[in-house]
Amino acid sequence: MSLEMTIKQRDNNQGIPNLEAFSNTLQDLAYKDNDIIVVTSDSRGSGKLVPFGEKFPKQMVEVGIAEQNLVGIAAGIASTGKKVFAVSPACFLTARSFEQVKNDVAYSDNPVNLIGISAGVSYGALGTTHHSLHDYAALRAVNNITILAPADNYETEMAIRFAAMTKEPVYIRFGKKPMPYISKNKDFEIGKGRLIKEGSEAVIIATGETVFPSIEAAAFLESHHGVSAGVVSMHTIRPLDIQLLSDLAAKYPVMLTVEEHMVNGGLGEACASYLLQKGKHVKFKIMGIPDEYTVTGSQLEIFNHYGISEKGIAAEVMKLIE
Amino acid sequence: MTIQELAFKSLDYRKKILKYIKLANAGHTGGSLSCIDILNILYNEILNVLPHNFSDKNRDRYIQSKGHSVEALYVVLADRGFYPESLLETLCQYQSHFIGHPTKKIPGIEQNTGALGHGLALSVGIAIAGKMDRASYRVFTLLGDGELAEGSNWEALMAASHYELDNLVIILDYNKLQITGPNKEVMKLEPLSPKFEAFGCSVREINGHDLASIKQTLQDVPFEKGKPSLIIAHTIKGKGVSYMENAIKWHHGVPNDAQYQQAMEELEDRIINLQTIVPQ
Repeated sequence: MSLEMTIKQRDNNQGIPNLEAFSNTLQDLAYKDNDIIVVTSDSRGSGKLVPFGEKFPKQMVEVGIAEQNLVGIAAGIASTGKKVFAVSPACFLTARSFEQVKNDVAYSDNPVNLIGISAGVSYGALGTTHHSLHDYAALRAVNNITILAPADNYETEMAIRFAAMTKEPVYIRFGKKPMPYISKNKDFEIGKGRLIKEGSEAVIIATGETVFPSIEAAAFLESHHGVSAGVVSMHTIRPLDIQLLSDLAAKYPVMLTVEEHMVNGGLGEACASYLLQKGKHVKFKIMGIPDEYTVTGSQLEIFNHYGISEKGIAAEVMKLIE
Repeated sequence: MTIQELAFKSLDYRKKILKYIKLANAGHTGGSLSCIDILNILYNEILNVLPHNFSDKNRDRYIQSKGHSVEALYVVLADRGFYPESLLETLCQYQSHFIGHPTKKIPGIEQNTGALGHGLALSVGIAIAGKMDRASYRVFTLLGDGELAEGSNWEALMAASHYELDNLVIILDYNKLQITGPNKEVMKLEPLSPKFEAFGCSVREINGHDLASIKQTLQDVPFEKGKPSLIIAHTIKGKGVSYMENAIKWHHGVPNDAQYQQAMEELEDRIINLQTIVPQ
C-alpha cells in the first residue's frame, strides 16, 4: 500500500528537496521553450538555479536584493507573453513585494509564477524575519492568484508544469529539506485534493511539507489506537477543493487540518469557513503555528514543538475523537 | 503635425480634461494639466501606437506611472480613436471602466497603475523582454516628481542601467508640487539631474510645455547607446488655467461653475489667439 511505500522511500532516503525538483523541472521545460524566463533577487544559489543559469544564461534575469523590483520587472516581462518565474525566499516575496504582487501581477493580470522558496519555517533558527507564516493568508486576500503548496517531488513537478502553461498568476511555495514521496499514484490535478489514504473515523487534511507527518500520524493512530484516519494532500489552497471537502465532511465525523502557516487565515480557516457556511458540522481542529512569537529551532524542532509531528497530530485526533 | 496644430490640440485637450473632471466631480486636475503637452507629443508624434496595431508585439509601449493623471491619458486616447469620447461621460461613475487610474480594461492602456513607484519597474521588465527578443519597440514611462520618494524607482533605475536599456525612455513630469506641498518641503529631490546621472541615465532637461522642444527631445532618443534616456520635463502644475497654475489646492480640485467658465474662456481665448496670430 502507498503508505508503506512512502515510509520505505523515506527510509531509503528517496526524494530530493522540492526546491531541486523545481529547478530540474524548469530546466527540462527550458530545453524546449526559450520563453521560460527566471528572475532572481540574488537568490539563484538558494533557489538551486545555478545549473539553470549556466545552461540558459539568456533566460535568467538577476535584479539583486530588491524584491519589489523582482516582481515589478517579472510582471513587465510576463506582459510580453513570456513564461516568467520570479524566484525569491517566500518570506520576502510575499511581504516586501506584496504590493507589486497585488497590483502588477494579480490586478494587472500579468501571469507571473511567484516561486516562494525556503517557505514556512524552512529557515529554522534564522528566525521570524525569514519565516513565511503569513503567505497563504496574505495571498488569499488578493483576487486572481492560484496558491499551491506541493508535498513531494511529484506534486512539485506537476505544479511547475502547470505554472508554465497557465495564463494566470500562480504562487507556489516549498521548503528545502528532502521530501519523501507521499503516494505512488499519479493523480495530481490543480484544484483537486489528493486522497492519500482512506480511513473511517477521522480525516487529516494537510498541505505542503506537513502532509508527510500527517501520513505518519495516520499510521501511528492505526497501530497504537486502532483508529482509522484518512489523509488528504490539499496541495491547492486556492481554489479550494470544496467538492472534496463536502464529501469528507459527509463521511468523516472528525476533521483536522495541518499546515506550515500561522493558524490565522490559512488552509484551516479556508476549510472551516466553507463548512460552516454550508451547514456541515464536524469536530474540527486547525493545526499550524500558533499566533505567538515562534519558538527558536530547526524546521523539525519547530514542527515538533507545535505538535506538527507523527505523535502530535495523532494526539490531536484522539482528543477530537474522545 | 505642425507645432501650431499640436498647440491647438494641447488647448483642446485641456478643455476636455476640465470638462470631464467637472462632469465626474472628481479627478487630478493639476497633474493632468502639467503632463498633457508631453502626452500630446507622445501620442501624436512619437509612439507607433494606434487602435489597429495595439496588439502588435512591436508597438511602442507607454506606461503611465503617475496613474492619477489619468484624465489626460483618457482624453488623448479618445482623440486617437481608441474609443468614442462620449464614454468619458461615465468617468468615475458606478460600473464604469473609466476609473480614476489607468487600467487595461480601457483600449490603449498597457498596464494597471496608480500605486506610485510601480510603473518604472514594469517598464524595465518590458524593455528587458524587448532586448531579449531584439524587438524594435521602445518603452516610454511618465513619472511624477512626488513618487520619486518611493524607493522602488531607484531599484528600477539601477536595473535599467545594469541592463543597458537604451530602449527605455523615462520622462519626469517635474511640476515640483505634490499633494501636501512643494517637493522641497515634503521630501527634497534636488540635485536631481546628477542623481539620475549617477544611476546611469543619460539625462536631458527641457521645458515640458514647449511642444517643439518635447518633440525634438523625444525624437533624439536614445540619447546615448547603452543607457536609458531620462528627460526632466520642467512643468507647471495646473498649466493653462491662470488660477490653477502652481496652486496646491488644484492637485485634485474640481472647479465650481464660475471657475469652470473662467477656465474655458481663458483656453478659448488662447485658441482664438493661436488662429489669428499664425493663420494657416
